Amino acid sequence: MELNNVKLVPDVGKDKLVDLYKQMWTIRFFEEKVDEFFAKGEIHGTTHLCVGQEASASGACAVIQEQDKITSTHRGHGHCIAKGADVNKMMAELFGRTTGYCKGKGGSMHIADVEKGNLGANGIVGGGIPLAVGSALTAHMKKQDYVTMCFFGDGASNEGSFHEALNLASIWNLPIVFICENNQYGMSGPVKDMVNVKDISERAQSYGFPGVKVDGNDIVEMMNTTHEAVENARSGNGPTLIEAKTYRWKGHSKSDAKKYRTREEEKEWKDKDPIKRFAGVLIEAGIFTEEESKSLRSEAKQAVEDSVDFAKEGPMPAHEDLLNDVYA
Amino acid sequence: MREITYSEAVREAMEQEMRKNDDVFILGEDIGVYGGAFGVTRGMIEEFGPERVRNTPISESGISGAAVGSALTGMRPIVELQFSDFITIAMDQMVNQAAKMRYMYGGKATVPMVLRTPSGSGTGAAAQHSQSLEAWVAHVPGLKVVQPSTAYDAKGLLKAAMDDDNPVVFYEHKVLYKTKSDVPEDQYSIPLGEADIKREGTDVTIVATAVMVHRALEAAEELEKEGISVEVVDPRTIVPLDEETIVQSVSKTGRVVVVHEAVKRGGVGGEIASMIAESDAFDYLDAPIQRLGALPVPVPYNPDLEKASVPQVPDIVQSVKKTLNKA
Repeated sequence: MELNNVKLVPDVGKDKLVDLYKQMWTIRFFEEKVDEFFAKGEIHGTTHLCVGQEASASGACAVIQEQDKITSTHRGHGHCIAKGADVNKMMAELFGRTTGYCKGKGGSMHIADVEKGNLGANGIVGGGIPLAVGSALTAHMKKQDYVTMCFFGDGASNEGSFHEALNLASIWNLPIVFICENNQYGMSGPVKDMVNVKDISERAQSYGFPGVKVDGNDIVEMMNTTHEAVENARSGNGPTLIEAKTYRWKGHSKSDAKKYRTREEEKEWKDKDPIKRFAGVLIEAGIFTEEESKSLRSEAKQAVEDSVDFAKEGPMPAHEDLLNDVYA
Repeated sequence: MREITYSEAVREAMEQEMRKNDDVFILGEDIGVYGGAFGVTRGMIEEFGPERVRNTPISESGISGAAVGSALTGMRPIVELQFSDFITIAMDQMVNQAAKMRYMYGGKATVPMVLRTPSGSGTGAAAQHSQSLEAWVAHVPGLKVVQPSTAYDAKGLLKAAMDDDNPVVFYEHKVLYKTKSDVPEDQYSIPLGEADIKREGTDVTIVATAVMVHRALEAAEELEKEGISVEVVDPRTIVPLDEETIVQSVSKTGRVVVVHEAVKRGGVGGEIASMIAESDAFDYLDAPIQRLGALPVPVPYNPDLEKASVPQVPDIVQSVKKTLNKA
């Protein structure tokens, strides 16, 4: 399919593009709603929002199938929605209700849906990378057809677990795609001060497989690159590291004065809004009209509003359940 | 019945299970043709091949994490960690991932894996290769912790650990690898959470783990000559802990010495002693509970110092006498 002189390689079809657009808005509205409830004190704990990073989550997950698996991060709501999670159960989890994905025991950083291939968000930076390698090892040993897609951030690429896991995936030639969402900061640490290579994708060379950098705010480029990596993984050609250059609009977590970066820099990145860009592409290509795009946006907003109602109606866990599920 | 070594018993438990269940595999450093640092996996790669006896790079975080991820997705991995001291490097994957995953995910995940690892001093390997760190993992809800003291127990407990749907840390003791006992050829399982009374007695209970079981039995022999009847209880698993057997024994004897090789401060012995003090056995106690463990030092290299840093038979004898006001 041609989209404004850019070829979209994966054959996803028009309806999927429309769905993806709506999904990106769902992610954004979900995050903004969570932000609002944290500010009001109606949700407790902490949370890490991915506003501005919607294209990397949606673009990557657009080219995998239901049987494929993902591992996610502390900034994981977007991956979760992109992998097909029900926003009602996600919001219910954030409200700590038994109707949430983890019955209210996991919270923002631990949403998982193992049955549907979401092996979980992770509160430990880099913690999910070896897990993803293990999931890919199962596919390899059981001769199953699924690919594992492993999301992590620029900060995680400085963890030992990243290096150990990439090496294992390479020597065992596993069906896995590593996606580093470089949102420029590990909490307050700017990637330019913390990593002394130009691109994190270069690190793949040390492990003997391809590393590719993409504009993580361009969902079309994201889909094309990820598609090729997934096809390679599925056909037995081993791992790829994709570095998606992007930006988180919000602070690291709920209490962040963002002293480590300028408002000008934030504005520069907001001008590269991945959702607006995708809307422009789709309207230009005649996939939908501006009017239609607005109604998709409203539908996404409504779904998130409804998730709050669902969440608030859910029962609180009973103290009797406190000790359940520690052991199988 | 035939006698085999502790090391052979561990290997046999794995081999028999791997012949039956394709989901079980082992991964670790130098476990291939080398046969593992202590020779436990010798011959296994020849039978099962390099896919199921997966020789890994030196990457404890990576291999423990890969085990957790493969367990989460349908395999039943066994990790061999070359020395239990290296759990420091695997700790995030065991403590933050494996142990908590089921609970964090609202019961919708299982992590059936065993991390086998040799621990303890007595080989002159010094401070970074001789520790007994079982209290660290025993402290973490979601993990089970096993410490077999005999070849018979090792085989049966490992079978139970491999059958368990939870992450199990299985401590093998280096100086016990060559010890022998009667071990049935067929598979059998010893339930996790069942202590074993290794010697019956009436005057004093010794609760001992791993290599200390053998030192406690030696001490009991010596004390018998002086007319003191000692009961030796081996918990065999630290988590779950068979509180009932310990409490019953202490209620019977009224005196107890708790002994392990790990550093006394913060060791599992403190937990066992407190559990006894909180239980009905408290009313039967005729003397303060005695605890023995290693001195609070890194394990020294010099053989004499190494020995002096952890409880030996005379220390146990002395401690038992103390409970009888005969010290």
